[in-house]
Amino acid sequence: MMRISKPGFMTSVQDLGRVGYRHYGVPVSGACDSIAAKRVNALLENSSSDAVLECTMFGPEINFEADTFLAISGADMQAFLNDEKLEMNKVYAVNEGSTLSCGNIEKGLRAYIGIRGGIHTPEVLGSRSFYFPVTEKGQLAKGDGLAFDPSTQYEPKVLKISSSDLYREIDLTAYPGPEFEILSEASRKQLLESPFTISKDFDRMACRLAETLDPHSHKLITSATLPGSVQYTPAGQVMVLTRDGQTTGGYPRILQLDERSLCILAQKRAGDTIRFNFRENSLSN
Amino acid sequence: MSSYPYRIKSFGTKALLLEWPKNISPGLIREISAFGDFLIKNYLNQPKWEALPIYHSLTLISPEKEPDLAAVAEQINTAWQAFAGHKQKSGREWVLPVCYEGDFALDLEEVSNRLKLSPAELIALHCSVSYPVYGIGFLPGFVYLGGVPEALVLPRRESPRLRVPAGSVGLAGVQTGIYPQQSPGGWNIIGNCPIPLFDAQREPPCFIQIGDTVRFRAVSAAEHELHRIEGQVGIYDFSKRIAHDADK
Repeated sequence: MMRISKPGFMTSVQDLGRVGYRHYGVPVSGACDSIAAKRVNALLENSSSDAVLECTMFGPEINFEADTFLAISGADMQAFLNDEKLEMNKVYAVNEGSTLSCGNIEKGLRAYIGIRGGIHTPEVLGSRSFYFPVTEKGQLAKGDGLAFDPSTQYEPKVLKISSSDLYREIDLTAYPGPEFEILSEASRKQLLESPFTISKDFDRMACRLAETLDPHSHKLITSATLPGSVQYTPAGQVMVLTRDGQTTGGYPRILQLDERSLCILAQKRAGDTIRFNFRENSLSN
Repeated sequence: MSSYPYRIKSFGTKALLLEWPKNISPGLIREISAFGDFLIKNYLNQPKWEALPIYHSLTLISPEKEPDLAAVAEQINTAWQAFAGHKQKSGREWVLPVCYEGDFALDLEEVSNRLKLSPAELIALHCSVSYPVYGIGFLPGFVYLGGVPEALVLPRRESPRLRVPAGSVGLAGVQTGIYPQQSPGGWNIIGNCPIPLFDAQREPPCFIQIGDTVRFRAVSAAEHELHRIEGQVGIYDFSKRIAHDADK
């Protein structure tokens, strides 16, 4: 067991998401920065879909009740294993009785703690990703225990990998959304050429951008939305749906981000700048 | 592509959106839903895609990072030629108990006044219709029900509530629906249904499907409480309340 003694700001168990239940209204969920989750699993020679801990803003304190190996990837997070200061993207052996104490996350927003073999919380609808109320909890609380298979006999092939430069990027690759053509010429120009600021309304469901486009009165019959869909409200607000975003919506979908751009966005904070790097699709609309 | 009744649009790098003309009807959504099943079963199954039908659209989502969307669009058109239409299996009618009293009916009085109906007339009208299911979305187990009687059509609340209680039955335009969990929401709340519509431990997690219809039955607060307990422990008896109606 891993026992949570301090939960941190917002810590949850995440894998690569709950696929196949969108038509029942179940969001995909999964690690906001899937690239970092995959990196930490690769370092531990886990399956890429093994469950890891997603830490936001500042990390948790965890007591290990069995031996294992751990690594941390994603944004830089201060972390100590007992008295030893940990480096990012490096494998460490953890002895039974050890305490991992995490602090602030810098140069990004989300860090991922992986352990050898992954975290074995119960699978619900094919995934361990937290999403309340599909799973019992949406985030970890003090005293929670997380199961895993203890591991002592393991010699990592690679001990350390270099940090990712992903978090310095500000360009989000965006394809036209189904309602792209409703944009006025001025709004289209603003959307594709001006920088945007991340507002404080940014969580696992959606990210609202601070700048607005022209108001509009285009009505849409409820239709599907995806993580990375950029919605345009009648008041002109621009919202990017993220991993726990609703599966359907009634606002025009003006852009669609790709997976890598969702990961870049996942590491932004309120006040940070992004730009949309527009690309046409191969399929002509 | 004019020979097809739908239009195919790209939706990012891993999804396609099929849109039919905006003539919303129970027959159309059944057709769309059946076509989605047909596509996944016979064409988009290696690897398996996801299909999300709702109102007049079908969204198809690839599990792969960069599928060849142009090739899949062609496959879809081939599939449409082979598609024999939805089988005329009868949908189920779910009769769900709703308590339209007291704190459950947050907006009942206001809505009645705006619609120039007495609360009793409003409740009778809401219970008078069998509502077709046009899709499931927004939240796990949120069922979009259409076909609200014209006398009950009114816009959403001007300012959405931050917390609509689980089970709340709402009205918005020609739609009615039940909030499966506590959530923010802008629909006009006229009652509460005690039966849980979503259970992650069940497969499928949602018993109501596209092609079904839902009818509401007014119950007292006491009966609501009884059904709430039955629903919680999973012994609420639907079987007596399902009318195996003919295809509508």
